[in-house]
Amino acid sequence: MRLYYKYLLILFKSQMQYRTSFWLLSVGQFFIPLTIFAGLYLLFERFGQIKGWQFFEVALCFAIIHMAFSLSECFARGFDQFSSLVIKGEFDRLLVRPRSTFVQVLGSKFEFIKFGRLLQSIIVLVWALSNLPIEWTSIKAITLMLMIVSGVLIFTGIYMLAATMCFWTVQGLEVANIFTDGGREMAQYPLNIYQKWVARFFTYVIPFGTVNYLPLMYILGKTQGNGIIYLLTPIAGGLFILPCFLFWQFGVRHYRSTGS
Amino acid sequence: MKVYGSVLKLRLSMGMQYRAAALAGVATQFFWGFITIMVFEAFYEYAVQTPPISLREIISYIWLQQAFLVFITMWFRDNELFELITSGNIAYELCRPCELYGFWYAKLLAQRLSSAILRCFPILFVSFLLPKPYNMTLPPSLTTFLLFLSALLLGLFLLVAISMFLYISVFITMSPAGSLLVFSILGEFFAGLIIPVPLMPTWLQKIANVLPFRWTADFPFRVYSGHIPQNEAMIGILIQLGYLLVLVLLGRFALNRVIRKVVVQGG
Repeated sequence: MRLYYKYLLILFKSQMQYRTSFWLLSVGQFFIPLTIFAGLYLLFERFGQIKGWQFFEVALCFAIIHMAFSLSECFARGFDQFSSLVIKGEFDRLLVRPRSTFVQVLGSKFEFIKFGRLLQSIIVLVWALSNLPIEWTSIKAITLMLMIVSGVLIFTGIYMLAATMCFWTVQGLEVANIFTDGGREMAQYPLNIYQKWVARFFTYVIPFGTVNYLPLMYILGKTQGNGIIYLLTPIAGGLFILPCFLFWQFGVRHYRSTGS
Repeated sequence: MKVYGSVLKLRLSMGMQYRAAALAGVATQFFWGFITIMVFEAFYEYAVQTPPISLREIISYIWLQQAFLVFITMWFRDNELFELITSGNIAYELCRPCELYGFWYAKLLAQRLSSAILRCFPILFVSFLLPKPYNMTLPPSLTTFLLFLSALLLGLFLLVAISMFLYISVFITMSPAGSLLVFSILGEFFAGLIIPVPLMPTWLQKIANVLPFRWTADFPFRVYSGHIPQNEAMIGILIQLGYLLVLVLLGRFALNRVIRKVVVQGG
């Protein structure tokens, strides 16, 4: 953990070297999802609702997913751009060091400019929450936190899977974008507006449903039943990262250097 | 003219090298298209009043958008040109015996064209075969189709003319980040990439109509589905031509101005 912290400090200092560019890019990260959110708002202005969901309910969903996405993009960027490490043969260097590869890859990149995006989703979150008539209990608050954490874990898991594939393909796989960018795009609406097969796939295979649908219904008071079960769903979704982690370990063992 | 033709050809064959990357892009775009259509489907299901554009028209709009994505997006850019400008290698470009504007224009045009050719056919082909209601439909008549083709081509020319301003601005700012940001946010939003222009509120539609971005993509796609009737499409094409003329002349003027002031640093 101390090692990771040091990685972060170094990366932060190096990125602050280009200050103007840093601020400009952060602002950019702030505005790009803003237009997507504006699109969402305008659609609701015209249609009023989507399968019984109101604007602020969807906005809450949007904020949670975008927060999770931007956080995972901050932290797991190293896995996202892992193919460059393999292509240049730099992964060999990581292997000889007496620390776990996971921490080292995680620490190899950290994009602070993504905080712009995070800030945007926090604003949306606060706006949505202040306009929703939710009766807060401590279980609901914890569930909300867990939803975000679990979302981060799922996105990170997908990044790891894609990175592990690089051990065999060397080139980065753009197809993984379907599940990261595409998953974000899809999960910003509650899952039940989609066709059954899409909803099923994203509940049981890649468990976005446990982040943006089941606990969301509970927080908004759309279901009856025991709160604890809904509290547990995001945790179950977060477990997605475990097989990804194992797969990563498996991949590392099969790593063959590209030389150079 | 011949010079520009050969630049175009060279770039086209270069772009064709990246077939695997294009295929991966196609898969992503399919998923994207599906998700977007499903969202609209859900919105339309409980629509209180009749929306100004039917679901059928939206679906072909979205598939066309995915097939010709490179005709809309501003982030599809040539980093080589940016580097030329910031690194001072622009000096080489200035030595060439042809006008810079035309040369770059041909280069950028070929890039978008080659990428579009690779992507649009698989996407269009599969989208026609999809089960209802997700499939793409044929345009209502042959005239509509011809109008669509000419509008699409003009849209591409227009987009390249707009993107030239991006490169010109780098001469002054020396960093593409800022202008890229403004162009891509405004451009993509007003080209109907995030929500189709007819679904915007009236005041936004008015703004979109004045700006050139809408004419690059939104207009040809709606001509295709017949949402814009033929006689209006004719007027639209005239407007496109007008915009194109103005933007190219302005761009050439601006480029010649900044080149005169260019300072090549060291090297």
